[in-house]
Amino acid sequence: MSETKALESMIGEEYKYGFTTDVEYEDFPKGINEDVVRLISEKKNEPEWMTEFRLKAYRAWSEMEEPSWFNATYEKPKFDTLQYYSAPKNKPKLNSLDEVDPNIRETYEKLGIPLDEQKMLAGVAVDAVFDSVSIFTTFKEKLAEAGVIFCSISEAVQDHPELVKKYMGSVVPARDNFYAALNSAVFSDGSFCYVPKDTICPMELSTYFRINNMNSGQFERTLIIAEENSHVSYLEGCTAPMYDEHQLHAAVVELIALDNAEIKYSTIQNWYSGDEEGRGGIYNFVTKRGACRGENSKISWTQLETGSAVTLKYPSVILQGDNSVGEFFSVAVTNKKQQADTGTKMIHIGKNTKSTIISKGISAGRSDNSYRGQVKISKKADNARNYSQCDSMLIGQTCGAHTFPYIESANPTGKIEHEATTSRVGEDQIFYLQQRGISEDDAISLIVNGFCKEVLKELPMEFAVEANKLLGIKLEGSVG
Amino acid sequence: MLELKNLHAEVEGEGIEILKGVNLKVNKGEIHAIMGPNGSGKSTLAKVIAGHPEYEVTDGDIIYDGESILELDPDERAHAGVFLAFQYPVEVPGVTNTTLLRESYNTIAASRGREELDPLEFDDYIKEKLDLVEMNPDFLERSVNTGFSGGEKKRNEIFQMAVLQPTLSLLDETDSGLDIDALRIVSDGINKLHGEDDAVVLITHYQRLLNYIVPDYVHVMLGGKIVKSGGKELALELEEKGYDWLESLAKVNGEAK
Ligand SMILES: Nc1ncnc2c1ncn2[C@@H]1O[C@H](COP(=O)(O)OP(=O)(O)OP(=O)(O)O)[C@@H](O)[C@H]1O
Ligand SMILES: [Mg+2]
Repeated sequence: MSETKALESMIGEEYKYGFTTDVEYEDFPKGINEDVVRLISEKKNEPEWMTEFRLKAYRAWSEMEEPSWFNATYEKPKFDTLQYYSAPKNKPKLNSLDEVDPNIRETYEKLGIPLDEQKMLAGVAVDAVFDSVSIFTTFKEKLAEAGVIFCSISEAVQDHPELVKKYMGSVVPARDNFYAALNSAVFSDGSFCYVPKDTICPMELSTYFRINNMNSGQFERTLIIAEENSHVSYLEGCTAPMYDEHQLHAAVVELIALDNAEIKYSTIQNWYSGDEEGRGGIYNFVTKRGACRGENSKISWTQLETGSAVTLKYPSVILQGDNSVGEFFSVAVTNKKQQADTGTKMIHIGKNTKSTIISKGISAGRSDNSYRGQVKISKKADNARNYSQCDSMLIGQTCGAHTFPYIESANPTGKIEHEATTSRVGEDQIFYLQQRGISEDDAISLIVNGFCKEVLKELPMEFAVEANKLLGIKLEGSVG
Repeated sequence: MLELKNLHAEVEGEGIEILKGVNLKVNKGEIHAIMGPNGSGKSTLAKVIAGHPEYEVTDGDIIYDGESILELDPDERAHAGVFLAFQYPVEVPGVTNTTLLRESYNTIAASRGREELDPLEFDDYIKEKLDLVEMNPDFLERSVNTGFSGGEKKRNEIFQMAVLQPTLSLLDETDSGLDIDALRIVSDGINKLHGEDDAVVLITHYQRLLNYIVPDYVHVMLGGKIVKSGGKELALELEEKGYDWLESLAKVNGEAK
């Protein structure tokens, strides 16, 4: 029992990001219909084709059923009373940081994300998204020098319509699934990144998503395009205030990697997860998919999922180009009454394509943690390879861990390896470490950290500290 | 240094009494050996001294450096200088030996007001200790005990002892699993580590170990109690006669309680 308590005090530690920011919001009707979709598009001054994209998606969505095939039970979001767009009133076109609402600026400071470029971590450009709008993007000019476009998706629609038109919806079509369709209809903002040919993006890019408004959903849209021979590493972080009501977060992320390009996408997800009894917390229903379109291209997803009441998320890679590589590294921690059903899909289409899946699930409290993964080798994918490893760690007696691997191979030259383990943090392990002078909390940290090591080392250096703080874990040899 | 007074302990929550009144006094500079048949409670005794939460002390006391340590958590006892070399060392996947030891060393150092070592200093320090037990440096970067052979685990325990410099070392069957050469090397290491200011309690089944590490006292544990104590000759006597002749002692003492 004692180890459970220690873990709770560690992972279930008071949620530090639960505060609300006092800002005035623009009025916007609740509920959804074609007029609301049009109104969103209008607010954002969008061109005709964008409005059409949204309307088509809305029509598709209205005919779709909300899915329920996953291992989670929850009260369905009330789509007709939700607010689909929420923007702070005080929102001129921002050219300098001084114009950002001081309350919002303070919010990011409190979250440990100074928007002031001087104060930023060296080498990290940040796009800050507050409720439905992008507030500020740092280091824009420096990136522009390298030819990299990094801005909010709304700006991209205005300034780079040809790119958005060409790629948006090309990986996750509007009618892909219920939540992707909804997102396509009402998406508010998000990040856009374009890395031109032969370019290595000179800094880490990151977006911080913050849901502040209680009644609004957050529907952000991210699009990253890496042209031939380019390389980019991108990280997203997410937090939200504590409310007793659930809030919906339904994002769509699309990645496109052309010949020899590489995209590394990392997530540190720490949405509010609700209280002991499962009241409140975010519903995190996102569609993330990358297409390795070019030969020798590579897409890596790394995720550290610690928050949300319910998470349904399967970052996937479509391996179209010959010799392309897909990777998925995941740590999902659930505690209290959290439910996570997460995993990946690796779709092998090109020849000699390779995918690796390393998933670490840690469950504590009364939570439920499921890994769900699909590996599909299509007919033409000669010599495709997949290696999957899914490890679960249980802390205490009242949590659950499940693994659902789906394997489909239509090509006899394909090789798929799958390994799975389940372990329990034992009293003996904790005692052993305590006998060596390490406190119970630190002992659990060490054990959990050791368990996740292969995944944590995939996170960009700049965020390693943050990731470990988040896990409540002291990094191995914190000095070294 | 250590005094056990009529120590009774049972399995937490199950009411199974395992230690049934252990009395033992260990002074600085001494080496004690505890022998006794399987299941007599030797490992339990060591774990209870180290504070394993699985056991509850129901009567008696553990006095260490003049004070009762019953209320201390296992890590606090370790800070006070208690070290247990486990009969079955535990695997901790993903955590390297160096990581664990640096964290241990510095936590203990901090609690005792000693200087903490930075990673480079620690590296130098640890290399010396490796030599003491002739351990291959490759083990430093391997996960704690993970995939180690039985003998390697035992050697690793003594390596940890060398690094942490405890004042009371409880070595639970460190000799079993070690090959002949390893036994000699590890024993030499223990002898070098032992001095005037610390004490060693060896739990063993074999008198052979006591040829290398010569005890000042030998105790026999039987049915959860120490039923006989003597000098190092007692070990030879046990080797010859086994434990049967002591059974009656255990019973008499048991009823006398
Ligand atoms: N957690 C427990 N639950 C039930 N019985 C236990 C528990 N721990 C120890 N015992 C019992 O207590 C007795 C003493 O065990 P202990 O491990 O201390 O013996 P030992 O003297 O070290 O034996 P060996 O020489 O075989 O190592 C054994 O009968 C053992 O089964
Ligand atoms: Mg034993």
